[in-house]
Amino acid sequence: MRRSSFVGIAIFFAAWQVAVTATHATLVPGPLPALAAIGELARRGLLIKYIVASLFRVTWGYFAAVAIGIPSGIALGLWRRGELAVNPFLQILRPISPLAWIPIAILWFGVGDLSAIFLIFLASLFPLIVTAMHAVHNIDTVHVRAGSNFGLSRAQLIRSVILPAILPQLIVGMRIALGIAWLVVVAAEMIAVNSGLGFLIIDARNAGNRYDLVVAGMILIGAIGVVLDLLMRRAERLDFVRWGYAQQ
Amino acid sequence: MKVEFHRVSQSFGSMRVLDSIDLSVRAGEFVCILGPSGCGKSTLLNIVAGFIAPTEGEVSIDGVPVSGPDPRRIFVFQERGVFPWLNVEQNIGFGLYRLRDGEKRDRIARYVQLVGLQGFEHAYPSELSGGMKQRLEVARALAVDPDVLYLDEPFGALDSITRLQMRRELLRIWEAEKKTILFVTHDIEESVQLADRVVVMSQRPARIRRIIEIDIPHPRDLSAPRYIALRDQLFAEIGLAHQV
Repeated sequence: MRRSSFVGIAIFFAAWQVAVTATHATLVPGPLPALAAIGELARRGLLIKYIVASLFRVTWGYFAAVAIGIPSGIALGLWRRGELAVNPFLQILRPISPLAWIPIAILWFGVGDLSAIFLIFLASLFPLIVTAMHAVHNIDTVHVRAGSNFGLSRAQLIRSVILPAILPQLIVGMRIALGIAWLVVVAAEMIAVNSGLGFLIIDARNAGNRYDLVVAGMILIGAIGVVLDLLMRRAERLDFVRWGYAQQ
Repeated sequence: MKVEFHRVSQSFGSMRVLDSIDLSVRAGEFVCILGPSGCGKSTLLNIVAGFIAPTEGEVSIDGVPVSGPDPRRIFVFQERGVFPWLNVEQNIGFGLYRLRDGEKRDRIARYVQLVGLQGFEHAYPSELSGGMKQRLEVARALAVDPDVLYLDEPFGALDSITRLQMRRELLRIWEAEKKTILFVTHDIEESVQLADRVVVMSQRPARIRRIIEIDIPHPRDLSAPRYIALRDQLFAEIGLAHQV
């Protein structure tokens, strides 16, 4: 992030504090109580615990989706008839909010981690399948022909041409899917579990209207979301994928 | 005969692109296929390379019908045929996966040198100029030691100075390595500078209008009367007066 981004954030927090103090607002806590609440979470040993709990669920759900979604998306992209058969289901399932699956998730996996992980898995799965499928469609014919000209087997062609050719688009898709996974973990934790940042927000309200804790939870979620996104963006700078993005 | 087209026709839907092409190319010959843009000459090259099956007719090489792409015959696309995810060395080594490591390294070094990309071994195509990318693709093709090269307007996107240098390079390589070359172009001068024979195609659906022998030894003098006579003959054949 650039320096002006930090300046922007600092100005926002200052304006927020000033506004709250000046108007004696009671409907929203200022940033100082929110930051103090983060300190309180740290002292009670909950800060790390909740962050780890949320990241743990995202990791499992997201990686399961990557492991299943990307290979199946590539297979569908390469296999036209399979795609024609599966695509209608994908298109119908895709606009259903992952949150609509909560009752079914609880029915299948009970109230707990597994339900939350399942929701994250579902939420990231469809975008990953569709990204991989489209990326395969968008491969330049010239590259496939050039590859097949050198006598590669089908498996070699997939490994040496198809995969590297779609990698730039896959990384973008993975970044977007990770953002979605992070959105969903918070929502999932509001219902199905008793730890994590989503749980923190619901619990702080239920247990005595601690809105400073609510806002603290929101700040933490936003900050971790940014960090995850920045980490994924680093992958876009690797030598063998940079070609796939518009020249800076 | 090295390459033989026998009554090759191609239609895409109701559009007829190639109409009954008969052509024989000798081993070691440099043949230019010359025609207006969009006449179907690239399609012809894609057929002989095995990327497209002809609607009618057959192409055979060394007497064997072409049924698909083959590493003994490499297609050179315009510069976008290099793999952008591989650096120069890796691109040249792409077709060398059957070689042992040491042998592969030597071969790569040799072709890096042949096309003058020393110092750029670890550069990615996005860091290279158009001419360098084109040389890289030629090097990748030559590294697998094919006996036939198909070049599809390979220098079309280059500036005119680089294009002249590339032609000289290609002739040098052709004479040194004794390849059979089929070279598609819409550039009349280019065809007279390079080819043993120029195959002049008609508008779509493309037929062979005429085959003109370029009986000038290399290096060719571009102001020699014979050169100019042949060039003018081609201009006339394409239906253009040589006046602007």
